[in-house]
This record gives sequence, C-alpha cells and structure tokens, in this order.
Amino acid sequence: MSKLSWLIKMAWRDSRKNRLRLFLFTSSIIMGIAALVAINSFGENLRNDVGDQAKELLGSDMRIETRREITPLALETIQSMPGEQSIESNFSSMVLFPKTKQTRLVQIKAMSGGYPFYGKLKTTPEQAGKTFQENQGAIVDKALLNQFKSVVGDSVKVGQVMLPIVGQLNSIPGRATVASSVAPIVLIPRSLMDATGLVQKGSRVSTRYHFKLPPDLNADDLIAANRKLFRKEKIRATSVQSNRENTGEAFKNMNSFLNLVAFIALLLGCIGVASAVHIYIKGKIETVAVLRCLGVQGRDAFMIYLIQIFVMGIIGSVLGAAIGSIIQTTFPAIWSEFLPVEANFEISWDSIIQGICIGLVISVLFALLPLLAIRKVSPLNTLRKAENTKQEFDIWRYLVLVLIALFIVGFAWWQIRALKEAVAFTLFIGFAFLVLTIMGKLLMIMVRKFFPTSWSYLWRQSLANLYRPNNQTLILLVSIGLGTMLISFLYFTQSMLLDQLRFSDKESQPNMILFDIQDAQKEKLKVITSDFQIPVLQDVPIVTMRLTELNGRTREAIENDSTVNLPRWAFNRENRVTFRDSLIDSESITKGKWEGKYTDQSTAVPVSLESGYAEAMKVGLGDEMVFNVQGLPVKTVVTSLRGVSWNRIQTNFMIVFPTGVLEEAPKFHVLVSRTTPETDIDGFKHAVVSEFPNVSVLDLTQILSMVNDILGKVSFVISFMALFSIITGLLVLIGSVIISKYQRIRESVLLRTLGAKRNQILIITALEYAFLGALAALTGILLAMIGSYVSSYFLFQMTFVPPLKPVLSIFFGITLLTVFVGLSNVRGVLGQSPLAVLRGA
Amino acid sequence: MEILKTINLTKSYTSANQQLTVLDNVSFDISAGDTFSIVGPSGSGKTTLLGLCAGLDRASSGSVILNGIELDHLNEDQRAAVRNQHVGFIFQNFQLIPTLTALENVMVPLELRGETNIKKQSMSLLDRVGLADRSHHYPSQLSGGEQQRVSIARAFSNRPSILFADEPTGNLDEETSLKIEKLLFDINKEEKTTLVIVTHDMGLAQQTNRIVRLKGGKLISDEVLVKS
Repeated sequence: MSKLSWLIKMAWRDSRKNRLRLFLFTSSIIMGIAALVAINSFGENLRNDVGDQAKELLGSDMRIETRREITPLALETIQSMPGEQSIESNFSSMVLFPKTKQTRLVQIKAMSGGYPFYGKLKTTPEQAGKTFQENQGAIVDKALLNQFKSVVGDSVKVGQVMLPIVGQLNSIPGRATVASSVAPIVLIPRSLMDATGLVQKGSRVSTRYHFKLPPDLNADDLIAANRKLFRKEKIRATSVQSNRENTGEAFKNMNSFLNLVAFIALLLGCIGVASAVHIYIKGKIETVAVLRCLGVQGRDAFMIYLIQIFVMGIIGSVLGAAIGSIIQTTFPAIWSEFLPVEANFEISWDSIIQGICIGLVISVLFALLPLLAIRKVSPLNTLRKAENTKQEFDIWRYLVLVLIALFIVGFAWWQIRALKEAVAFTLFIGFAFLVLTIMGKLLMIMVRKFFPTSWSYLWRQSLANLYRPNNQTLILLVSIGLGTMLISFLYFTQSMLLDQLRFSDKESQPNMILFDIQDAQKEKLKVITSDFQIPVLQDVPIVTMRLTELNGRTREAIENDSTVNLPRWAFNRENRVTFRDSLIDSESITKGKWEGKYTDQSTAVPVSLESGYAEAMKVGLGDEMVFNVQGLPVKTVVTSLRGVSWNRIQTNFMIVFPTGVLEEAPKFHVLVSRTTPETDIDGFKHAVVSEFPNVSVLDLTQILSMVNDILGKVSFVISFMALFSIITGLLVLIGSVIISKYQRIRESVLLRTLGAKRNQILIITALEYAFLGALAALTGILLAMIGSYVSSYFLFQMTFVPPLKPVLSIFFGITLLTVFVGLSNVRGVLGQSPLAVLRGA
Repeated sequence: MEILKTINLTKSYTSANQQLTVLDNVSFDISAGDTFSIVGPSGSGKTTLLGLCAGLDRASSGSVILNGIELDHLNEDQRAAVRNQHVGFIFQNFQLIPTLTALENVMVPLELRGETNIKKQSMSLLDRVGLADRSHHYPSQLSGGEQQRVSIARAFSNRPSILFADEPTGNLDEETSLKIEKLLFDINKEEKTTLVIVTHDMGLAQQTNRIVRLKGGKLISDEVLVKS
C-alpha cells in the first residue's frame, strides 16, 4: 500500500468517530461560502444585467440634459445632431384628481417623440405608452392611481389642463420601482406643456434630449466633439457607456456593504475553522502520540489530519456554494424594487468556483496553525502527559501567520477594492485578536491573583475553571470575542446606513412645505393658510445665483491653474440662497461669527457657508466670493461656517446671506408649516392648487408614511443580507462552545461521580460560561465600536453614534447564548452514565 | 548478543528554576531474547528509563544503543522509523487508538511498514489473544482486559526485536492480570522477543530472568534470577 493511500485510509478511519466535531468545523465554512457565493453571484448577475440592459437603462444611444433655458447656439447644435430625437421636460407640480378632489406633488414628464428607443414604457393598456401623445392624454403612475382610487378613463388636472388618464405607468427605463413611491410620475404630451401654465420663467425645469443615433455613429465620440460647448452651456451628456458606469457608481455604498457582509461572513468562517480545529487537535494529542510510538513520522501524522480538513473543506465549500446559489435565487425578488434593471437569476460559475477555492484555502490555511502542532507531538505523551513543554521555535508557524495576514489583506482588497482600507481592516483584526488575547491572559492572572477564597465552592470552582490546566478561556474569549465584534460591527454599520435615511425629531418638526411661490402670490397664500388655521412657521425667500469669482480669480483663471483643484460644479451650480438675520435650530456656527444684518454698503457682503460646502470649495473665513445674482455681481466675504443637520425637515442652505442685500432681487418663496391631524389637508391643498397651480405643496405626513414604508423595505433587504453573517457568527459561537464540551466532559463526570448534584454542576458551568461570554461580548462590542467609528468615517463618510439598546441586546444576547449552549453541553453529559464517559465512549 | 545497551544515562529537568535529576548515570545491557524487568517505587525513574530505552525521549547525557543503532544522534522521525522496525509497546492504559477498531489497531504497525496481506496476519494475532470475534469493535466497546489483549496483539504485530511494557497489568484486576501475564509471556516465548517490563508488581517481575531496581533515579541492584 502506498504511503498516500495509507494516509487517506487513516484519515477516513479516524474521522468515523468524529463526524459531529468535523461537521461543526464544516458548518462555519458552509455559511461563510454561502454568503460569499450568493452575494458575488448576485453582484455578477447584476453587472451583467446592467451590461446587457445598458441601452434599455438609458432608453436611447445618447441623452443630453440641461436645467437651464437652452441658448439658441446649443439648441441649433442639438437639433443638427443626426438620428432620431425625442424631448422630455421634467418638473415637479401638484396634480389634482377630480374624482376624489385630492392633490399630490408629482414629477411631470412632458414628452415628445419616440422615447424610449430601447426598452419600453410598460403601461396598462400596453399601447398607451405609444399613443398617449397622439391621444392628448396622461399616463399616471400605478401607485398614484391606487392611492387616489382612480383608474384609466378618469381625469387628472395638471396645472390649467384637465387630461384624460389613458394609461397606467408600470415602469419606465432606468428607474427603480421604489423611486415612484417618493416621486410618482405623470406623463403628458409635451405639446400640452405650455397650456398647463406650470412652466414660467425661473421655473425649475430640466430638459432632456434623447437620441437614437445612426449605427455608424458613436455617442462617446459625438459627446467628445461637443464637450467644450456642453461645458460652457452647463449641458450634461450621457452615453450608454457612461450611464452604465454611473449606474454601477450609484450602487457603490450598497456594494461596499454587501461586500463587507460577505467578507465578514467569511472571516467568521475562518475563526470557526481555527477554533474548531484547535480544539479538535487538542483532543487528538494522545492518538498522535500512540501513532508516533508505533513509528508514524511527524509529517505523516500531520498529513492524516490535513487530509481530513481538506476533505471537509471541499465538502463545506461545495455545500456552501450550492446553498449560496440557491439563496441567490431569492435576491432578484427581494431587490427588484430597488434596481433600475430587471434582475435575472443565473448560476454564476465564476462565483461558485471562486467560492469553492476560497473555502478550500481558508479551511486549510486557518487549520494549519493548530495542525502544525501535530508534528511536534512527542511519543512520550503515551507514558505521561507532557506538561509545560516549551514550544520550540517553528518557522512554519510564522510562515502560516504571514500567509493568513496576506490572505486577509488580499481577500479584503478583492472584496472592497481598496488596498489602504484592506490593510487597515487586517491590522484592525490583528489588533482585535491581540486585545482579546491580552484580555484572556489578564483575566486568568487577575482571577488567580485575587481569587476569592472565602466564596462558596460553586463560585470558586467556576472561577478556577478559568485558569486551571485544560481551561478554555483564551480560545473561547478570542473566538466569541471576534465573532461578537464582527456581528456588532455589521449591525452598527447596518443601523448607520438605515439611520442615514431616517428623519430625526419627527414629532416637533414642520410637516408641510409650500414652494415655488412667486413674490406676488405670497400674501394671498398666507390668507389661505390662515383660513385653514395653518400656521406659517417659516417664510423662506430663495434667490438663485452663480459663483463667478473666487478670491479675485475668474472661473477661466482657476480652471487654467493646474494647482487649484476645485470640483467641476463649483462654478456650474445654480446656488439657491436665502437671507435672514438669525440662525435656525438645525444650524450652529462652527467657525467665525454669524452676521445677520448688512448695513455698511461699502464693504463686501458677509456670508455664511455650510462647512462641508466650504471644505469642498476649499474656502475659509475671509475668502472673497463674487456671485452673479441674475445679472448683478455681488461681492461677498465668508465670515462664518455653519454645521447643518441635514436630516431634519427644514429648508437648509449651503450659502446664507444677511438681510439688507437680496430683498429686491427676483426670488421665490418657501413657506414651512405644521399641520395637525385635525387640519383639512386635502381641502387646503385643493384650495392652493386651484388658486395657484404653479405652487407645490409637499405634505410630509404623506411622504413620511411612504418613507417609512420604503425604509421598512430597505431595512428588510439590509437585514436579510446581514443575516448571513449573523447566522455564520452564531454558528461559529455555538460551534466553539459545543466543541469546548469535550474539554469539560470528563471533569463534569468526575464531579458527578464524586457526588456533585446535577444543579451544582449546572451552576458551575453556567457561571464559567457567563464569565467568558460576558467578557468576550463586552470586549467584542467595544472593538466593534472602534471599528465602526473608523469605518463610518473612512468607508461610508458618516458619523457613528453607538446605539445603546442594540449594544445591550448584543451583550446580553451573546452572554446568554454562550451560557445556554454551555449548559446544553453539560446537560447532555449529565444524561449519560458516568462509566460510559469515563471509559471514553 | 546485546539488543539494548545504556551507557551512563542521565535525565534532568529544570522545574521552577531548580535542576531535577530523575535518572542518574544508569548503565546496563540486555541480551537478545532475554526477559527483563525494571522495578522501583513511584518516582524512582522507571518510566523515564523505559521512555529513553525505547527512543521516546532523549537523555540529557549518556547513550542508548538499540539493536546496534545509537539513538542519541537520531532525530524524532528517524527514531520513529527505528521503533516501527524493531520495537513493540504495551502500556498501562492500553493506548489503543479510539477511532480504530481492534483489527485496525493491530494492523497499523504493519501498514506503516508497507506490508501487504496484513489482515490475515492481524486476524490470526487477534485469534491468538482470543478476540477474533471482537475484531470490529472499537476500544470503548471492549473491557480493560480485552483492550490490553488487543494491545498485546498490536505489540507483536510488527514482529519486534524488543518489546517494552509499562505496567502492563497496572490497570487490571488480579484474575485478568494473571491471564494477561500468561498471554504476554507465552507469545513472547513463541516469538523469541526481548521483553522489558516496567512494574512495581514483584510477582510479575519475578517471571522475568533479570530484575534491575531503581531508587531516586539510581540503579541500586541488578539481579539475575535462576529459574528452575
């Protein structure tokens, strides 16, 4: 028999009575690889879908978009472009459903031409998308029709025009379903746009020109040829290619999160492998010593267990890849509302092969460290247990440690695609490992040093278990601690992402905003609000302006200076600016001094900038900015920077002027109010829309309920994804504790044999696991907080505030779970005959 | 012809900054085919001496020559090869591999030598110790005496030149002990193996041809027994 076949035979024989332990080792790989394969398969399918549906995503070969009134030169250039054209004007407006007399702010798309050229407007009836322009009717978003109990055949009033509803809009190219909950769409023929009376000078309208180009013409070339004009005219041009890239970019944060989920699930799997193999091998020392006595060489003994781990690694990886591929089938349904493309399920062989290879690598790599110890097992262990034998220097151990570090960096880089973050993450894992090891050693030293000799036997025994020979303090503290850290880290990241979407202080905040109010309409509108007993909390004037000079330098001078690197929008942006004499409660001065009134006409106007905006613009206190306020240059100086809480429902501004400057400039107004449940909101909106069709009413109570609905869906999706890692973490935790039973089993039985009552053993065990679980959970949570703080800053650009309730839940949850699994271990032992256990059954 | 020779064997440990000598300058030699016992009170260094003689451990000074091979210069893997070729073991706590059946336990030394048709040989050994019908049982399914019988079968399976037995009846009752002793000496006689027994059971020691006594790590007597 060849040596290899004997080794394989021995590996097989030895595994027969260890299947449960080996399964625990495999389970952590299964879940880790399942998460990895599911997420990567989904990501790959999504990339393919975006690639395959790139034209449908844009609906055309090229799109040209501007928010300004188009100049004759630009219009001539656009109209002279070859191919078929379609024009779309977008603006927000109130619409009225006469059937129920209810109104709602919607997005109007006034369309002409044959857009979409690729993909289609999915409508009911199917032909409506093609005929609504000809039939002079409106196509109304499905959710909107449901909300206002209207059907095809009813009417909708858009501005001054009453239109028949000729179709229900089910989907539109490049737009996720969930978007229609926030801003539902009403399509009208562009020929009726003027008749609505909604588009006036200064209205916020964006116009899109869609092109179907001749087959021999490349959109990117066409855009490049006109880049100068487009830049000058503030026109944005998008090709199929750039749209595909932008779509990918839009998913960046979600992708980062998903990759983090997969990465963490796999890391948890690695911890599971390392701790399971560590304890498994500990139980194999005697067998290895016997084999060594019988003449087995060190590396052959090592190979026997390596083969076992390798085979279990293959089984775990293949099962994980299969489960991951199955789970992935649920993703398109879960994500469908959030995706602008139709997500398809396809088996991603690339992801499966990658998953299996990675599973194999981690099984072997993370098992190697404990496995290497087998080579050094002395045959003398058969005669007496070798205690306190000094660990010899073993170059392989250090090599494996370096390989593990390289693997984590490499894998993190592969998932996150950022080397710095990958190295930082690995260093952090190393730091966490070190902290947990130090905590474990410190715990053992402290308990030994300050041992409470006067305490009852049960407490003394459980405390002594923490440092006695055969203790499991270090291994459990490190594995539970790392597991808790990763789970908490993921949970904190998840809450952070969700909190970003949530509005704070809902109860005391304004809940109705009226905007696009012309100067002349303001007073009349205030009369209507007082008729409906609606208070005007804020009257916010808004003036639009563009930046023309910064510290005495024009746009051209700055753009030609390669040392200045300002964002492209610095001079392009149409700034919406307000003026007032005081700060509002969502603002606070972070630098400089607030100046609310401008009196000395000989000096530059003191303005206050939002600190993020100032940072992006690279301006600080004392810097001068000249704005073009509808033809008139206004010289300003930055005198203060403000911090703004953007998630409050307020009208917040990047730039705030003092009073005494812009009062006479052309402007529009926003009125901020708060309604109560008794307010006749529908009546009020109806009155406003009837009198002033151009004024929009944003009813936040309605929006908030939708936002909550959307948040619920987002929450579900994020939680569903995070669940992978959490399940893996729990499996690893349970696995570690279950495996530790083999360390305690004989002792518990001995105590039982010596007359210990069932309850006494249960209490000793519960206390020991409670100490370990609590300390591991606490350390893990603290480490996760540090990690979340760092990653929130660098990875997600958010601020991390540790949530108290989840922290407490995780702490008690992990501690209780550790105690529970620990107790169930002993309960199993207590049920057996002591003799069977003592004889090694 | 000498099969085992020890020259000035010393073994010391450093424990809690103190030098502890557990075996002090022990020299003796054993002829091939002889039966030999090492006796002495607990802590006298018997097991340490057995470990050194069988190549399970290295001496602090002195040397061990087994079957003409000087063990001191061999690394652990080379000593493992020597054990597989020349040595058999019987332990007080049997040391059967718990995950292997009785038959597989007996087969392992032969498999390690790369021999073929070993199942028949191993079965015949199990039959010799009276356990042919328990060949597929795991150690945990056997009694202490049965486990030790498997252990004896395993010890003889690779036809060793020398067999080391560490308190072979230490874990067994008197009746079983007697049966095991008889089996051990009978097979040993048939196989013409050199037998080295570590024991504090004088009854067992007196069945061998020679007894060396250890006390405090020193060899205090070397007595050849004349058998009628």
